[in-house]
Amino acid sequence: MEFEVTVEEGYTVIALKGEVDLHYSPVARKQILKYLKDKHNVLVDLSSVEYIDSSGVASLVEGYQLAKENGLDFALVGISDAAKHVLQLARLDQIFRIYSTVDDYVNSK
Amino acid sequence: MDIDTKVLELRFPSCSDRLKVVRAVVCATANMYGFDSNDVDSMVLAVNEACMNIIQHAYGGECIGDIVLEILDRSDRLVFRLTDFARPVDRSTIKPRDLNDIRPGGLGVHLINQVMDEVHYSEAPGRHGNVIEMIKNIKHREGA
Repeated sequence: MEFEVTVEEGYTVIALKGEVDLHYSPVARKQILKYLKDKHNVLVDLSSVEYIDSSGVASLVEGYQLAKENGLDFALVGISDAAKHVLQLARLDQIFRIYSTVDDYVNSK
Repeated sequence: MDIDTKVLELRFPSCSDRLKVVRAVVCATANMYGFDSNDVDSMVLAVNEACMNIIQHAYGGECIGDIVLEILDRSDRLVFRLTDFARPVDRSTIKPRDLNDIRPGGLGVHLINQVMDEVHYSEAPGRHGNVIEMIKNIKHREGA
């Protein structure tokens, strides 16, 4: 798994790429929590995620909860088919705020 | 009585970096059996989740034991059997969590149950570990 962070004014995009499994999800979790603890609104870009398992999903849920507790935005953007499959099975597609693109998030503000 | 034909057997250490290899093996086997891409993805997910549960719960997240994956052809079903060699777990504690309870973790059993046609847990012979069998019906083989 690789990741790329883009800090914009008002929000930060964390783009996860490749396979987010038990081996790599701690890296994703660390990045997500780090920016939320620094009071950034966080968007997690899943468009290049080829595989995500429940440990990766748990990192997203943790981000969702921390953002909620602190009145921050936490959203997913550009969900790949692989990520969509797992989020739907876990019925989390109904819980997370999901946007097709970062621009859609910005325009929603 | 159903007769199992072994498709393959893979023994690997309980290290999280081996999951990628396991997923590749399951993907290749499911493709070889002609499952559609949705079913292939589902089987890959289920076996990965079961391996994760073994690594995290049976072996405490450590690279300290072995896991054996057997893939069996059982007439019109494909069986994924995982055996570990850890202390037997209390099978009554293996339950899917309530999906309305939004919290990190605890999704693995739910995902496995959602995508497989049958799931069975048992103790390994001689109380030397745990066995999970996950079964997927080979629907496209019916009437063939």
